[in-house]
Amino acid sequence: MARIQLQNVRKSFGAVDVIKGVDLDIQKGEFMVFVGPSGCGKSTLLRMISGLEDITSGDLLFDSVRVNALAPSKRGIAMVFQSYALYPHMTVYDNMAFGMKLAKAGKDDIRTRVEKAAKMLQIDHLLDRLPKQLSGGQRQRVAIGRAIVRDPQVFLFDEPLSNLDAALRVQTRLEIAKLHHDMNNVTMIYVTHDQVEAMTLADRICVLRDGIVEQVGTPEELYAQPNSLFVAGFIGSPKMNFLTGKQAEAFQCHTLGIRAEHLVMDNTNPVWSGEVVHFENLGSDNYLFVAIGEEMPIIVRVDGKVRLPLGSTVGVRPQAENLHRFDVKGKPMRQ
Amino acid sequence: MQQAELQAQRIRAAMWFLLPMIAALAFVAAYPLLRSIYFSFTDTTLTSLYTGQWVGFDNYLNWRTLPSGRTIYRGTLVDPAWWNAVWNTVRFAFVSVSIEAILGLMVALVLNANFHGRGLVRAAILIPWAIPTIVSAKMWAWMLNDQFGIVNDMLFNIGLISEKIAWTANVDTAMWAVLMVDIWKTTPFMALLCLAGLQMIPRDVYEASKIDGVHPIKVFFKITLPLVKPALMVAIIFRMLDALRIFDLVYVLTPNSAATKTMSVISRENLIEFDKFAYGSAQSTLLFLMIALFVTLYIWLGKVDLSGDKQ
Amino acid sequence: MKALKSAAFYLLVAFIVFIAVFPFYYAIITSFKTGTALFQIDYWPTTFSLDNYRDVFNQGGFFRNILNSVLIASVTVCLSLLLAVTASYALARVRFRGRGLLLMTILAVSMFPQIAVLSGLFEMVRFIGIYNTPWALILSYTIFTLPFTVWVLTTFMRDLPIEIEEAAIIDGATPWQIITKVFMPLMWPALVTTGLLAFIGAWNEFLFALTFTSSTETRTVPVAIGMLSGASQYETPWGIIMAASVLVTVPIVILVLVFQRKIVAGLTAGGVKG
Repeated sequence: MARIQLQNVRKSFGAVDVIKGVDLDIQKGEFMVFVGPSGCGKSTLLRMISGLEDITSGDLLFDSVRVNALAPSKRGIAMVFQSYALYPHMTVYDNMAFGMKLAKAGKDDIRTRVEKAAKMLQIDHLLDRLPKQLSGGQRQRVAIGRAIVRDPQVFLFDEPLSNLDAALRVQTRLEIAKLHHDMNNVTMIYVTHDQVEAMTLADRICVLRDGIVEQVGTPEELYAQPNSLFVAGFIGSPKMNFLTGKQAEAFQCHTLGIRAEHLVMDNTNPVWSGEVVHFENLGSDNYLFVAIGEEMPIIVRVDGKVRLPLGSTVGVRPQAENLHRFDVKGKPMRQ
Repeated sequence: MQQAELQAQRIRAAMWFLLPMIAALAFVAAYPLLRSIYFSFTDTTLTSLYTGQWVGFDNYLNWRTLPSGRTIYRGTLVDPAWWNAVWNTVRFAFVSVSIEAILGLMVALVLNANFHGRGLVRAAILIPWAIPTIVSAKMWAWMLNDQFGIVNDMLFNIGLISEKIAWTANVDTAMWAVLMVDIWKTTPFMALLCLAGLQMIPRDVYEASKIDGVHPIKVFFKITLPLVKPALMVAIIFRMLDALRIFDLVYVLTPNSAATKTMSVISRENLIEFDKFAYGSAQSTLLFLMIALFVTLYIWLGKVDLSGDKQ
Repeated sequence: MKALKSAAFYLLVAFIVFIAVFPFYYAIITSFKTGTALFQIDYWPTTFSLDNYRDVFNQGGFFRNILNSVLIASVTVCLSLLLAVTASYALARVRFRGRGLLLMTILAVSMFPQIAVLSGLFEMVRFIGIYNTPWALILSYTIFTLPFTVWVLTTFMRDLPIEIEEAAIIDGATPWQIITKVFMPLMWPALVTTGLLAFIGAWNEFLFALTFTSSTETRTVPVAIGMLSGASQYETPWGIIMAASVLVTVPIVILVLVFQRKIVAGLTAGGVKG
């Protein structure tokens, strides 16, 4: 239950600036995802919020109180780490109870809280095990359980799913979403480099690049109105097609962006046409890679039943309302 | 920048954590070292530890001109016994470490190969390392005994020698005896450090060169040696420092032999046995300076990342 | 050709093992020989007598010497570990100014020639009045066990995953609690290894033990063995010396063989990693 504000927050390691002035307002109970390529500073930003990393300058406010210098344990936060960071020598129960024991909570109180959290995550039958006796998914639940027991106002996740295999990742993603739903007043901040995770989990997404916030918004906003060429390319799969040069000039812009799903095949009245150089079958959909004279072929999504031989020539037309036009600086041009 | 509570707490704790250790080291190392150096500039003796007078560099070098015009030099720096010890020490360190490095690397290469009973062999070579130096000195003294020693017997039987050698007593062979024992005892250490270096070389490097059909000897000189060199260099300098301060082996295996007397041995002899406390201190100070030079060399050559900052 | 090659290889291996083990083997068979049998060169055990072992203890003081060695080495190692655990946490995990310099100093002290501090220590030992007591050796052994344990534990501590410590910080653990409740339970193999290596170092030490003790009852094992002599100056009691040597070596060799993997790790942590 905390509103978190970052005001012109900066971080430098020696002469290297990692976070170059971030302003962000995270609402109570919001699920905020930090996303960006590796090295963009998203993890550093999370660690600054947690208190594990010093803030070089700027202000960090929790419910309007400046907490820059406050120790992590006093911020009312809990954190789930990428490597789970379970204490290897403690049982699941002790792992979850450790924080409360240090805070000198009563034995009964600890037991109640730990068991409640364990039940919620369906790990109550594992309480006597050691971390090494658990599977990856179970460890992840214990890590989340340990965080829940702390009864935090803010939940921090640092790439919690990247050590899990693909199937488990999807399942755990659902559970984290459910957790956020169940603890509806807890603010969650989640760091990932995976834009699919970001899109599926977030109330709002903060896209970071080189220590600067590129755009903050709901998943829909980022998808429909990317604020820069970078965001446009980062959000959405497959990556948005970018056309430059003559093709872009025809639309009075420097770069023209159009997503694969916003291109339709039209052999009678094509805007662009070219040869099919590659073909990816995903079952429900097919992606056609069409060489239209750009550096990269453009990707066109078609129905999964459509079969086209390589080398055949096709014409495509963009949906006019879904065109993204960018100027020289990579900024969007709006009509 | 405002210091966060967490950092402040950690640094405060670190200071308290370090304090006892630093105090202990200051007490047992720094203070005695400075006192030893101080003693080397006085005329302190064992019986009058607290009444020594400052004599400047006299223990190192002093001279007096006789009425006849002849100048007499005294002090450690013109003491032939000292220079003999320096020469013994340096020769010992150089020869022992060189041979140990070569043999160590060879043993490491053998241990790095995949064969049955490798664990057993590794255990076996740990034995010399585990045996206390004094004990190995005694064991070898017995084996090198001139009349009843098994070494003479073996060499005699295979016809390498025609008469029994008094290994430890003979001036010509005493140093070889010391070297033999030291090499036997410390090659395992070298081998283990080299082995650790060898095992860090990824296997696919060898597989690639095998596929390319590179001759094994070429593989050794072009791949193995350069890759194991950093580990080997550190091991060599470690051993060098150890060899330069050798005391116990020489003291027990070849007592009172001028052919093997090292700097540590002669220093202690003067300090304790000959009651030339200050003179011995001057010699130990010189040894310290020499080793300090080597430590500097080690840190400089090793380019050790001492702070441990991985950034 | 291939068989020849592998035969040559195994011959080399056998040679290495022979060289490594033979002196110890020979000491053992010698220790079982008495009288004139001692002066016959045998490659295989011929006689078996425990007389030498009996004589070692009858010589007076040898049992006491073993006790001294065990006591001195144990106390030294425990004290060093106690000081080193907290210090190495600070050195490995906390970033502060002067850390590199401090580590360099500790490394330098561990390579110190013991002789360089001998006269200063001698004065100190006399001054405190602990000359010819175990405390003189406990004090002086700290000079090499402490930097060694600090150095090795620091390299071990550095390798512990940082996220575990951060999780503990978020759970509200103080640095002291991180060490005692989180790191110590994870470090015990490292502590055993480091302690064992330091113990061997202290057990084998000779120079200080020789200089700071003056009577049979206060000597440690290496000095006692170094000074074992027979009825006359010209008659070295080889049988007894070998028995004593075997007695003090067997426990160490067993320890080393039991912990061999850990010891190799400890040695390389102290050496190669730097």
